[in-house]
Amino acid sequence: MKFVSPTEFVKDKLVSVQEYSLLCGRALAGLFSRPIYFSDIFTQMDSIGIGSLPIVVLSGFFTGCVLALQSVSSLKEFGAVSMTGTLVSLSMVKELGPVLTGLMVSGRNASGMASELGSMKVTEQLDAMRALGVDPIRKLVTPRVSATVFMLFWLTVISDAVGMLGGGLIGVFMLGLNGHSYWRTSYRALIYGDVVQGMTKPVFFGFIIATVGCYFGMNTKGGTQGVGKATTQAVVVASVMIIITDFLISRATIGIFGR
Amino acid sequence: MPDQTAKEPVLEVRNVSVAFDANRVLDDVSFTLYSGETYVLLGPAGGGKSVLLKIINGLIPPDSGSIRIFGQEVTTMTQNELFKMRRRVGMVFQESALFDSMNVEDNVAYRLNEEGVDPKESHQRVEESLAFVELSQAINKFPSELSGGMRRRVSIARALITKPDLILYDSPTGGLDPITSTTIVELVLKQRDESHTASVMITHRLQDAFFLATHRWDAASKSVQQIPNGGVDESTKFLVLNEGKVVFDGTTLELTHSEDPWLQNFLS
Repeated sequence: MKFVSPTEFVKDKLVSVQEYSLLCGRALAGLFSRPIYFSDIFTQMDSIGIGSLPIVVLSGFFTGCVLALQSVSSLKEFGAVSMTGTLVSLSMVKELGPVLTGLMVSGRNASGMASELGSMKVTEQLDAMRALGVDPIRKLVTPRVSATVFMLFWLTVISDAVGMLGGGLIGVFMLGLNGHSYWRTSYRALIYGDVVQGMTKPVFFGFIIATVGCYFGMNTKGGTQGVGKATTQAVVVASVMIIITDFLISRATIGIFGR
Repeated sequence: MPDQTAKEPVLEVRNVSVAFDANRVLDDVSFTLYSGETYVLLGPAGGGKSVLLKIINGLIPPDSGSIRIFGQEVTTMTQNELFKMRRRVGMVFQESALFDSMNVEDNVAYRLNEEGVDPKESHQRVEESLAFVELSQAINKFPSELSGGMRRRVSIARALITKPDLILYDSPTGGLDPITSTTIVELVLKQRDESHTASVMITHRLQDAFFLATHRWDAASKSVQQIPNGGVDESTKFLVLNEGKVVFDGTTLELTHSEDPWLQNFLS
């Protein structure tokens, strides 16, 4: 392992933050001026949204199942088994749905974006694009950012729904709960602030996944080994940023809505 | 000798220097390219030739110095101005840099598609461009299905399709076998003599450089022929770089008659 001086290390990190911020700014600016690559946006929506659907449905469904299964033993001690639906729906909508979906999509798509753009970088395709008069940020990053933000929102909604369905099925068929009661308590447990919290998170997570994936891809150095490194870094950084942002959004929305 | 005072320079590189970390890659490089001229950039590998070409096209900013293309200063251009300027510049990359998810037609037509050219016209121009590089049969193939030489030819077709006013060739023969290299140099030569477009070509192969200087394209016989009586093409000039510094800037005859010991050793 190569050691660098603390000054160099801090400078390097600050430059990275500056470059990442510039990339984010230019990617967003690409949405508000011509040319906007709509066909690329739809292609990315298909790849990110439809492509991630199976893993999101499976992870959401089984998370709801295991949540119901695990919580019922604790709730039984307080004679509150009928609150299973409340616990599952609040957990899924406010926390597990957005975070798990974010992490799943991060694992699948931040890595994909980093490796795809990284390969383009090391084979000079990004330079070729610039040389041909096309802005790679507008052409490659903006469509990925907008598609990920849009699709992660709906993937989270689906994850929440199938998670609650999974919890319900476990409650009804394995724990002997009343189905009607489960759904009623699940639905009534959610207030406006909970839904806002759960729906705000995927917007930020989607932005993080796409911008981090593209940032590491576009800054890949050192051939195929560099592509592998960029891919790993993209997933790690995106996942950590998702968890940190989750805490910050949770704290902010609790401050605003009181729960 | 063409009257250079009457001509507007297509490209002016003045005192360009660049360093990456502590490594000085280019040191005070200057040269001027006039309309219709071809500059051959020679020098050992790692001498800063590719970096210079990327700086010329605004892909890398220099630390100091000035670059003027078509009379406009490149170093102070905004991103949008750079993209506009590059529409008049064709560039062939060292490893072709074809978009591997697109077929040959889409690669060659990339710039036309971006400019919203009618698909019929675009297809026709792709066919013309591919015919120029004698690769019409590969129009539907993907880059992974092509040999190294074929990829270079597609890359040349892509650079030439918009009939640019300046062409930058970054080692178009690098890594190719001698026969394929000759085919590529013949294409560069054909382009030089048919359209008289100003161009800069990097090579580290002396035989390619001197082939370009001593041969011409004969439109009547549609073949490359040696210039008779040991003549050389006057529009072809040489710039030799070593460790980022210009060690020679001049004509073919001046290069071959140079008494600089390093140059003589390099050329031998």
